[in-house]
Amino acid sequence: MNAGLSQNYFEIFGLPEDFNIDSLQLADHYRELQKTVHPDRFANASDRDRRLAMQQAAHVNEAYHTLKSPLKRARYMLQLRGVEFDDEKETTLDPAFLMEQMELREALAEVKSTPDPFTTLGDILADIEKRISAMLKEFVEKVAAGDLQKAKSIVQKLQFLEKLKTETEGLEADLADAI
Amino acid sequence: MALLQISEPGQSSKPHERNLAAGIDLGTTNSLVASVRSGQADTLPDHQGRHLLPSVVRYSANAEPVVGHDAKAAAAVDPLNTIASVKRLMGRGLDDIKHLGSNLPYEFSSTDSTVPRIKTAAGEKSPIEVSADILQVLKHRAEQTLGGELNGVVITVPAYFDDAQRQATKDAGKLAGLNVLRLLNEPTAAAVAYGLDKQGEGITAVYDLGGGTFDISILRLNKGVFEVMSTGGDTALGGDDFDLAIARWIMQQAGIRDDAGHAQLRRVLRDACAAKEALTDSESVELNIELDDGPHWQGTLTREQMHQLIDPLIQKTIVTCRRALRDAQITADEVQAVVMVGGSTRVPRVREKVGEFFQQQPMVDIDPDKVVAIGAAIQADVLAGNKPDGELLLLDVTPLSLGLETMGGLVEKIIPRNTTIPVARAQDFTTFKDGQTAMTVHVLQGERELVSDCRSLGRFTLHEIPPMVAGAARIRVTFQVDADGLLSVTAQEQTTGKEASIQIKPSYGLTDSEIETMLRDSITYARDDVEARNLREQQVEADRVIEALQAALQQDGDLLMEDEVKAIESALINLHNVRQGDDHVAIKKAIDELNEATMEFAGRRMNQSIKKALTGHQLNEFE
Repeated sequence: MNAGLSQNYFEIFGLPEDFNIDSLQLADHYRELQKTVHPDRFANASDRDRRLAMQQAAHVNEAYHTLKSPLKRARYMLQLRGVEFDDEKETTLDPAFLMEQMELREALAEVKSTPDPFTTLGDILADIEKRISAMLKEFVEKVAAGDLQKAKSIVQKLQFLEKLKTETEGLEADLADAI
Repeated sequence: MALLQISEPGQSSKPHERNLAAGIDLGTTNSLVASVRSGQADTLPDHQGRHLLPSVVRYSANAEPVVGHDAKAAAAVDPLNTIASVKRLMGRGLDDIKHLGSNLPYEFSSTDSTVPRIKTAAGEKSPIEVSADILQVLKHRAEQTLGGELNGVVITVPAYFDDAQRQATKDAGKLAGLNVLRLLNEPTAAAVAYGLDKQGEGITAVYDLGGGTFDISILRLNKGVFEVMSTGGDTALGGDDFDLAIARWIMQQAGIRDDAGHAQLRRVLRDACAAKEALTDSESVELNIELDDGPHWQGTLTREQMHQLIDPLIQKTIVTCRRALRDAQITADEVQAVVMVGGSTRVPRVREKVGEFFQQQPMVDIDPDKVVAIGAAIQADVLAGNKPDGELLLLDVTPLSLGLETMGGLVEKIIPRNTTIPVARAQDFTTFKDGQTAMTVHVLQGERELVSDCRSLGRFTLHEIPPMVAGAARIRVTFQVDADGLLSVTAQEQTTGKEASIQIKPSYGLTDSEIETMLRDSITYARDDVEARNLREQQVEADRVIEALQAALQQDGDLLMEDEVKAIESALINLHNVRQGDDHVAIKKAIDELNEATMEFAGRRMNQSIKKALTGHQLNEFE
């Protein structure tokens, strides 16, 4: 019924469909769009138009937050290319990767008993971030080469790392709050 | 042509007429109303020049409630009928209120409704009604000052208010006969009040410590857009707790028992509050406490002693500030300004501790009691349409995660906290047993993993799921949060295309019929004919629809094919004719029909405006 809602997220912001995105331009276009569609611009409009505005604004928000996050953006690009994700049934089965994950998790579990937990946590976080950026680079290469299955497997691994990163940050927060 | 007949003079709106709008800060301790007059936003005083209206209502039999200073003065002599700090009870159930402690001197009655009611001489009153009585007085003040009926208002709420508390606030506005254009988060309002003066860009932290609530918000301001990056807080922590901590100390020193009478407790609280204020300027204060059995107790409270009593409370707010920075993924040194809001930020110790944490002097240029109302007035002015080219836009976030109950009493989060609103998210669920035909959706708000640790917002059951083997059905549950932060949830069975959608209302909210009854019973509408009111409402909506459509046709008529124009015109003429009559049901039907006929047109226009927004933008970039 509504073409705006069927445009893909890159088109909505008038950006080329490329993983390497100009994040300043994205934020700029996002603000311009919200100035146009946000329900506050329709405070005196009819109930129906207010509801429409709310749907549009929600859609623009969703698009923005998907493109803003590198992991979500990568996943979304694959979905645009017809790759389906079934998170409940599929997990990565790469044994070397799983081994690394276990080691990282063990290191994390022992943080509290290390002499300088904040430095240890900082090192772990830096390590995770290094891995993430290396994988994102690989992702771009695989997509360019048309190897979508490999690209998908990278996204699945990235989801692991992202979760680990969140947990690490949470642990850091707990430690800070306990002081 | 028919279209021209409709836009004859007298039917069209008067473009230069200013819509009267106001911002209302409905506070725990005090409330204010502000408005933009001659381009200047300011709070409106009462006849005696007082801007603050104490949020206190005194009820007596067979008389209108007394609101404000007089009610506050009567609190000590008539504690049971004098309701103060009612904001703390908004959107709460009876169990929550018991949990808040035995400090509340009111008597509650248990009824069938989930909304608690306070026993007063004027009958049982829900917190929503008490709030509506406060709003009434502010509405009256604004209309007297501005010289006309208010077109719309913005009411502020703590950013950390949950869905039930927001809904309760909106219901109070409705009950007071106000057109609530928007619920606005208090810290965002404060940032608006400061932001307009400075036209600055960058990251601001708003530290808001009121009488009963604490909020911290981290905002980014960029080209007129205020984007809330994160928010956090505590809906049950404020200056009142400072008073309580001091009062407890006094009671201990003076040997007053915990189960002393209401009047005694009130007196001690009053003296504790006065002592706190006195210690802003002096190192120590002499206490002279009137005891129930006649004599007075005398003692001294030093500033040092007070710091010991309130420091743990301030520390709690600092921990929350730290989490808000983390959620915004920034560090304290990236914050360019710290804005102080709320009467409790007058306590020097609070300023000192906040300054220490953010490593800078907090801003206190605008009266911390008035700053929220002023920001709300600016936003109300924009929303009422008085600034058509206004650049100001506020993008708020959800303060708490929203989710639903899954197997094992666990919460599945659908919308995490600090998600920009409005937002709509869907997730698919499936059946657990073969042949299952119903599914209960239990909606929760909070950060914890267990259902029992989160706030229950409501439950509803989706029936008539076609019987299938376990795991085959696809139930799509959609959470939608609007710009006011209010949630609605719908569920739909996907595999068969069968639709069954339900909207929820918070467990602790009033039902529509309860609101309707209250509206009928309230003094404001006692003389008002409900029918006449319904008719008026539909006529206003009809005029709005007609006017908006005419403007749209004039501007974007070229987006339509000839036969589409004809269909729209005929629905438009029909609404125009029906609107002249006095049948509100028929008007509503004609509005719905016109909306149906213009659905596609509205969609195309929206798309066109999106394209234009970016095209204009891209052209600018090449300049």
